[in-house]
Amino acid sequence: MLPRPALTDYLPHRTLLRLLAVLLVVIAPHLWRLPWWEGAAVVSLVVWRGLASSRQWGLPPRFLKLMLAIAAFIGVYSVFGRVTGQNAGIALLVLMLALKLTEMRSRRDVMVVVFLMYFLLATHFLYSQEMWTIAYLFMSVIAITSVLVDVHHPGEPLPLRTSLRLGGRLILHSLPLMVLFFVLFPRIPGPIWGLPADAGPTRSGLSDSMTPGDISSLILSSEIAFRVRFEGAPPPKKLLYWRGPVFREFNGRSWNQSTQDLMDRTWPVAELSGEPTRYEITLEPMRNRWLFALDLPDPRQLPMQSRIDRMATVVVDAPVIERRLIRWASFTSYVLEPELRPRDRERDTRLPPGSNPRATALAQSWRTQGMGDAQIVDAALTMFREQPFYYTLEPPRLGTHSADEFIFDTRRGFCEHYSSAFAVLMRAAGVPTRVVTGYQGMEANAYGGYYLVRQSDAHAWNEVWLEGRGWVRVDPTSMIPPSRIESSALEAMAGNEARDRLGSLERAKYLLEARWDWANARWNEWVLGYGPEMQKEFLSRFGIERQRQMLLVLTAGITLALLLVGWVAIRRAIPPRVTERALLLWRAAAKRLAKSGYVQRPDEGPRDFVDRVVSREPGLFEPLHTVLDAYLRLRYSGEQSPTLEHEFAAAVKRIRRV
Amino acid sequence: MNAALKAAQTALNAIILGKEAQLRLALTCLIARGHLLIEDIPGVGKTTLALALAKVLGLDFQRVQFTSDLLPADILGVSIFEQASSSFRFHPGPVFAQIMLADEVNRASPKTQSALLEAMEERQVTAEGETRRLPEPFFVIATQNPAHQIGVFPLPESQLDRFLMRLSLGYPPVVAERALLMDRDRRDLLSELAPSLRAAELLELQAQARDVKTSPALVEYLLALLRATREHAGLRQGLSPRAGLALRRAAQAFALIDGRSAVIPEDVQAVFVPCVSHRLMPANEADGGAPTAEEILASVAIP
Repeated sequence: MLPRPALTDYLPHRTLLRLLAVLLVVIAPHLWRLPWWEGAAVVSLVVWRGLASSRQWGLPPRFLKLMLAIAAFIGVYSVFGRVTGQNAGIALLVLMLALKLTEMRSRRDVMVVVFLMYFLLATHFLYSQEMWTIAYLFMSVIAITSVLVDVHHPGEPLPLRTSLRLGGRLILHSLPLMVLFFVLFPRIPGPIWGLPADAGPTRSGLSDSMTPGDISSLILSSEIAFRVRFEGAPPPKKLLYWRGPVFREFNGRSWNQSTQDLMDRTWPVAELSGEPTRYEITLEPMRNRWLFALDLPDPRQLPMQSRIDRMATVVVDAPVIERRLIRWASFTSYVLEPELRPRDRERDTRLPPGSNPRATALAQSWRTQGMGDAQIVDAALTMFREQPFYYTLEPPRLGTHSADEFIFDTRRGFCEHYSSAFAVLMRAAGVPTRVVTGYQGMEANAYGGYYLVRQSDAHAWNEVWLEGRGWVRVDPTSMIPPSRIESSALEAMAGNEARDRLGSLERAKYLLEARWDWANARWNEWVLGYGPEMQKEFLSRFGIERQRQMLLVLTAGITLALLLVGWVAIRRAIPPRVTERALLLWRAAAKRLAKSGYVQRPDEGPRDFVDRVVSREPGLFEPLHTVLDAYLRLRYSGEQSPTLEHEFAAAVKRIRRV
Repeated sequence: MNAALKAAQTALNAIILGKEAQLRLALTCLIARGHLLIEDIPGVGKTTLALALAKVLGLDFQRVQFTSDLLPADILGVSIFEQASSSFRFHPGPVFAQIMLADEVNRASPKTQSALLEAMEERQVTAEGETRRLPEPFFVIATQNPAHQIGVFPLPESQLDRFLMRLSLGYPPVVAERALLMDRDRRDLLSELAPSLRAAELLELQAQARDVKTSPALVEYLLALLRATREHAGLRQGLSPRAGLALRRAAQAFALIDGRSAVIPEDVQAVFVPCVSHRLMPANEADGGAPTAEEILASVAIP
């Protein structure tokens, strides 16, 4: 076997080190999301490449590279179970990019690495589109571009500051085009681009079933669910129930949505009255199929690609995986379903047979006492208020008959327990009841004139159907007086009231957070929220009403710009045509001499050139001196003589090949 | 006329041995009506060169040793009261010679330096309200010592620009130095030297130099050179239009000495380094990023 050739890099060592550093910067955010072995492999490949260049190690042989590539595929497949999709695909891309270093030898390889870095940078958008991400991406793009500048700079590498400045300037030049594309490029509603199923940031949120314990994990999270901005004054606090998924199937332990309901495309009947409350919600992506709105959103003014389902929840066709700006109009005074269909009545009073016997007995005893539906509701609420029920985030575990154990034994729990137990009682007494989940309350931001709803505001309550009043909201959890709320829960729930009692340092921190959130909200509203609706509205101000027109304007604009750039570039690149006869003849002479190996240097004067050639080839003395004399006289003395040109041409022909 | 020029060159070469190229450039400078700055260590023949030039060209010669206490009047001249005529009479200073050697020009105070440089530029002296023209031809050879020294006032850039060329003589080659050591004393040879040219002939040559043709093709080359100095990142500023004019003037004179009536690129290349090197300002003194005049010359293609 031949010894492997020592590494001779296409790039100077310093440029290579810069490229490796930028590569690490570009990969860094992904490293936290990748399996540990992959991070280790990437870092060690980068370090190895740096050392290989400085110590003149050879690059690995072909079969080893092949083995490494196969190992990368196997490794990614073993972790993710696939090699496509968002996470697995990026894991593979990062590994392959690092492996490309093992065969980075020529200019072409370097360009591949640079462009892969640009591509990889774009994948960060799949995980985060926050402001700081944009700042990071901006810096990285400048860094990559400066590497691109370095790669194209022959000879000694440029000082770091110079190449960074040049890269930054290139990026700044491209900004106007970027803004133009951002504003004009047709916005596509929702992810039609076939984003992989696991795309988008992973966030917590309400789920499509309710089992005790689900919400308590949310209550401890201060993540933001959505931001709200009201057009007028916000409604009073007792009306701030943000409706989410509604559950009506109970299996004795958890509440679910039935497939029957998911298929049901009919609308509920709603009588709306009064003036609507108008507001905007910037919804964080929670991968859910529903949107949150105040009770009750106007079914005639729903956002794009959404519909209202049988239980008055607004659902969307595809899960929300991008932050979305939604305009709502809600009527806080309404009658939902004045008439209940018999089969709905049957389903909303159904309980699994044999479950929760004690609660069933209690409820039926109320009925036998001759109470009406409304009185039964009051009786249950009074029980929660007056009996020693406690609110806690650490409730004891419940067994099979969860409602029984909760009502009669443990008496400790939070919204899920209360709403679930309340629904069981009502259904046992024959009152149609369902469980509604969503968010309750909100928190004002000190700067922006908008409100925050956090995951900690997640809540579960009930709706009961009463004759003549339709579905009425009942919140059994709110019956618990503050004295019976455990302190840990109180802390978790501490809202705006608690802020007033904060110390100055904590207050400053709170204000800083509020300011940061305000900036984020602006960012979301103007940049991330620039979807199809906003684009349409914005462009209609300039008289561009239809997408076709916009595409036309965009295409024409870009074509014109490119034509202009191309025209200028071509004009610069093509040297003016030479018509001067003396120069043409001189070039012909120089061409003949070049065949004998005598090439005129660009900075070499004609006389010096002729002297150089003649000193080596005395045989050319005669024709060359005739040529030189004619050239100097025609070109530099300004003589105009056809006979001289003729002699010139004849002398050129006498230059033999030597 | 050209025979006289040749004779002058031969005579000069007999005095200053082994420095044909520099002598030719010095002569070029004189014919181009420019002034010459010689930057060199003492004892390589700066004064001898000035004397020889004066002698060969039949011009009168004055030498001033510049010191820090030299006053402008010491150069320009002063009016003295004469009892005989009971009036002031102007005694012209050394600047009124046709060739003036300003030795170690950077030792004088800036005030004196600028008095001299003004006279060089204007070719006239204004003293006591009266303007007096300097003789024709008028040629200043200034010398300065390049080594860093205490107590010198380096010429500012704007004043360096007044010199058409900057030359350094350097040590003579061994053959020439051997001849120098074996031969008679140079000063003796000088005193025996007969003028090869008369002042009127020199003025005629200067007039002819202005008529040497510069074709459009050559002007393109000059422009390319100027542009190269202006676009180079290593230079604080490029050559001024005045430098461009100086370059053309010098190339014309050089072509004339070579016996041609048109400038060719080789003439420009011959005078480029002495004409330009003292006018290039590096952008950053510390790093060696500034190109030399030679590098600029090598980087520009002849159109």
